[in-house]
Amino acid sequence: MSEHASDGGWFADLPAEAELAARAAAIRTPRADGDAPADWPAIAVETGFAADRDDYYATLREATLEAARRGVAEREGADDQQLLHAVRAMDDTTRTANELAERAGEWAGTLGLDGGTGVDAVRTLADREADSPLETRVISLAARIDDLVHEADELRAFIDRLAPEVAPNLSEMAGPVLTARLISLAGGLEPLAKKPSGTVQVLGAEDALFAHLAGRGSSPKHGIIYTHPFVSGTRPADRGSASRALAGKLSIAARIDHYSGDLRPEIHAELDDRMATIRARAESANGAGDPATGNTTAADSGGDQ
Amino acid sequence: MTGSLPAGVERRSFDGRTRLATRGPPVYGEPTDGEWRCWDARRSKLGAMLEADLDTGLTGDDRVLYLGAASGTTVSHVADFAGPTYAVEFAPRPMRDLCGVAEARGNLFPILADARKPSAYAHIVERDLDVIVQDVATRGQAAVAVDNAVFLREGGRLLLAIKARSEDVTAKPSAVFDRVCDELSPTYEILATERLDPLHDDHLAVVARKR
Repeated sequence: MSEHASDGGWFADLPAEAELAARAAAIRTPRADGDAPADWPAIAVETGFAADRDDYYATLREATLEAARRGVAEREGADDQQLLHAVRAMDDTTRTANELAERAGEWAGTLGLDGGTGVDAVRTLADREADSPLETRVISLAARIDDLVHEADELRAFIDRLAPEVAPNLSEMAGPVLTARLISLAGGLEPLAKKPSGTVQVLGAEDALFAHLAGRGSSPKHGIIYTHPFVSGTRPADRGSASRALAGKLSIAARIDHYSGDLRPEIHAELDDRMATIRARAESANGAGDPATGNTTAADSGGDQ
Repeated sequence: MTGSLPAGVERRSFDGRTRLATRGPPVYGEPTDGEWRCWDARRSKLGAMLEADLDTGLTGDDRVLYLGAASGTTVSHVADFAGPTYAVEFAPRPMRDLCGVAEARGNLFPILADARKPSAYAHIVERDLDVIVQDVATRGQAAVAVDNAVFLREGGRLLLAIKARSEDVTAKPSAVFDRVCDELSPTYEILATERLDPLHDDHLAVVARKR
């Protein structure tokens, strides 16, 4: 409750002749103690920050405009291409770490060091003391692999933060990582927004799709969207419907994200509604076919044979 | 329900139809007549409220907090007739357009912030404002109005367009409207409500006064 002049407001710590950049920064940073709204124009005049109310409003306008522009530039700089690179880097680091972990585990086994393969075994290996030049090499390799795993985790955390800024609706619907994968497969948010939902549905299942088009096999029901619990958690008989419904809403979400950028809660509720209807089929079919377990491990490619 | 238009808003004839208009630089390709520009009630919920003759209590020269300014379609008209106008919008893409609108107006202050967190702009927006105009498409529209009441003077007006589909797509709009109004009533005295169909589907306009 800052009633006192000089005790609040965006201009509290600014000299009257502060640069525009400093003013914009003051607008963009709420004060730590949390101001209660006050009669800022009057306080500004009292403290000599502005000559009169009109002068204050002119200064305020200039500062808010600059602050808004900077805020927009910063948030829009979070662009889809960065997300695409981040998710590809994450996948590459994870894949490489796994591959190297196998190699290191194999090698460590021949030296009688801790058995076991995989990234967890590598972590314990990396913490060991080396007794010979040979062990030094193996342990050093393990340490590098551990770093790679750590980098993959950091990339994932980065994607979790970036994706909602790039594509708020897609992230809300599909989660940050699947959003990034879809954008990556399509080559960007704009190409994704321009794809029909049937294409979104089978993104990532290109092998199965082209095999089907060549006359071999049935058409794929789902691509990468298989990793979404709405698809993988639905019983197999209904996965076609579920992935069609999900892909439809995902392509709408991508269009909103690309062309408008605001979060629309209603499309998410519509999808929830539709999924509830699809899942109700499994219940009404009582006993006919196993209900899906819902914890199917996320496949990297959901290409359906 | 007979509201008079605020000073600075007039009914004028555009292409043979009488429509609302304000004076200012054009923003979204609307028809103009000299310095007057048409205020399209189909694109603006506040425009639809005025068109419906709701008594908004706007006088002209009001000090306004506009929540959910989007690209500035409506807020540009508000700034045309009102005094200092604070425009809060959270999405960066529409904010870019809003900056262009603010560029051409001396009394419009764009703020890139989340209307659900008033503390993020309490150091900018003054208190004892005359009017809050709210048109946000999020769940919890009543909570947004209640939280932002700190900026309003006693007896100040809230002009709210409730979007039923943002709260709950599956519920009946009338049930949603009742629930939102109930949530408002400890903080606001509701003076009038009006459905905005067919101009805006499933929207309820609410005029309320801060208790």
